[in-house]
Amino acid sequence: MTTHQDTTQYTSSEMMTITAARALSNDMTCFVGIGLPSEAANVARLTHAPDVTLIYESGTLQTKPDVLPLSIGDGELCESALTTVSVPEMFRYWLQGGHIDVGFLGTAQIDRFANLNTTVIADNHPESGKNGAHSYANPKVRLPGGGGAPEISTNAKEVFITVKHSKRTFVKDVDFITTIGFGRDGKGRDNLPTIGRGPSVVITDLCILKPDPTTKELIVTSLHPGTTKQDVIEATGWEIKFADALETTPAPNEKELQVLRELKARTEKAHSAQEAK
Amino acid sequence: MTKFMTLKDAVATYVKDGDTISLEGFTHLIPFAAGHEIIRQKRRNLSLIRMTPDLIYDQLVGAGCVRKLTFSWGGNPGVGSLHRVRDAIEHDYPCKLETVEHSHAAMANAYEAGAAGLPLAVFRGYVGSELPLVNKEIATITCPFTGEQLAAIPAIRPDVGIIHAQRADRAGNVLIEGIIGVQKEVVLSAKRSIVTVEEIVDDLDVTPNACVLPAWTIDAIAVAPEGAKPSYTLGYYDRDNNYYKQWDHISRDRDSFNQWLESHVFGQGDV
Repeated sequence: MTTHQDTTQYTSSEMMTITAARALSNDMTCFVGIGLPSEAANVARLTHAPDVTLIYESGTLQTKPDVLPLSIGDGELCESALTTVSVPEMFRYWLQGGHIDVGFLGTAQIDRFANLNTTVIADNHPESGKNGAHSYANPKVRLPGGGGAPEISTNAKEVFITVKHSKRTFVKDVDFITTIGFGRDGKGRDNLPTIGRGPSVVITDLCILKPDPTTKELIVTSLHPGTTKQDVIEATGWEIKFADALETTPAPNEKELQVLRELKARTEKAHSAQEAK
Repeated sequence: MTKFMTLKDAVATYVKDGDTISLEGFTHLIPFAAGHEIIRQKRRNLSLIRMTPDLIYDQLVGAGCVRKLTFSWGGNPGVGSLHRVRDAIEHDYPCKLETVEHSHAAMANAYEAGAAGLPLAVFRGYVGSELPLVNKEIATITCPFTGEQLAAIPAIRPDVGIIHAQRADRAGNVLIEGIIGVQKEVVLSAKRSIVTVEEIVDDLDVTPNACVLPAWTIDAIAVAPEGAKPSYTLGYYDRDNNYYKQWDHISRDRDSFNQWLESHVFGQGDV
């Protein structure tokens, strides 16, 4: 983990979480994935977006957890929610019904068209062109599967993705499309007026990426302070492009760092207190 | 009409070899006590359905009860893999395991369709996903009014639905509170149902829109205090997150799992 000698010191993970938190605004309804998205969404709620509506697939609507949940259905999410609905109601009325602005997802693999793979890492690949059926029949690592993501990605109005940057994760073509970004050719959402517009931003510990408006290929639009183009090139499995007007991501401020660290400390304390029981 | 039974008698009466069974509970209210009783009674060739297989199906698969698994997210939440399920898929140990893989939205819709007495679930799903390439039960259907292509999968209608809940009254009406998952749908879609409860009370003391299953929708109710541990029961006990972490070690190799099975399941008295 790199640290930056700045007015305030912070890690690349903190940079990622806080940048991801800033992507959410106060008036959004957000369907939150567990792990990094959940951490970012709660930092947003505790800093600049106190009224952001957080929804988890376990049915908890407008939840305000004091500590981060370990699982998607922790009691904390239910007890701090405005109300809790059934899982069929969550997916049918609230997600498919069009009430979610942003789906906030993590992933195991992501490719240049922001397709996500949480199903299987393949043992071997065909010479040209990846094929999910081939990967599925030749598994090297079996991943947990889709969960809520396949429909969150298409039924939310847009999708934010946050994931650590590495060559293992950022591949040219995912082994299996569990959850569509823009499809194998970038045109997977064309002529489908009833689904959302898909991934609009990917936030990593190195940079911010956005899909090119025409080709839908992910390009780097902002480098985090202290990160070079070479760092991103070396951590990406395809020939990554950079925006002409490449920006530098603003560093976390003291308030954001304080909120994130307090949230993590509260979470650790709550979970270790439980382990001591 | 429901009968109050011991968990042993309920499983002996309603769970048969070869049955299709859903033991549900979305992180909350997972019916572990009932799962352990099925293992103790050595049921075989079961087809298990569950959105998130969790430790309960890792245990049933590792104990050799299961032939087929239908699921939408198969992991140990916040910890890692289900090692017994992986061993069955990758090495046919202790027996071969067929899998059918869906998304959460698909399974939630399929349970609802089952409860509604429909043969299929229709929803806007799987768009652009490659899951339809590997699951022949995922089809598309054209809306006759708008022409939109929608996903269709068969309704879930298990032989036996098993859930855990907070409490029942003396007439056998059951209250479920908190994260209610697909609990109601499982009971209403199943041919037979077993509900385990923390306790039996004189009065459920419900608000008008509470999630209550009337006694006549349930075949058997068994009292199983702490019957959802290491999952949790809102209002009674918390999720044992530490146990979920320990499970990673217990389940990682066959010997330690089999020792656990002897001491924690077969070595335990009847509930």
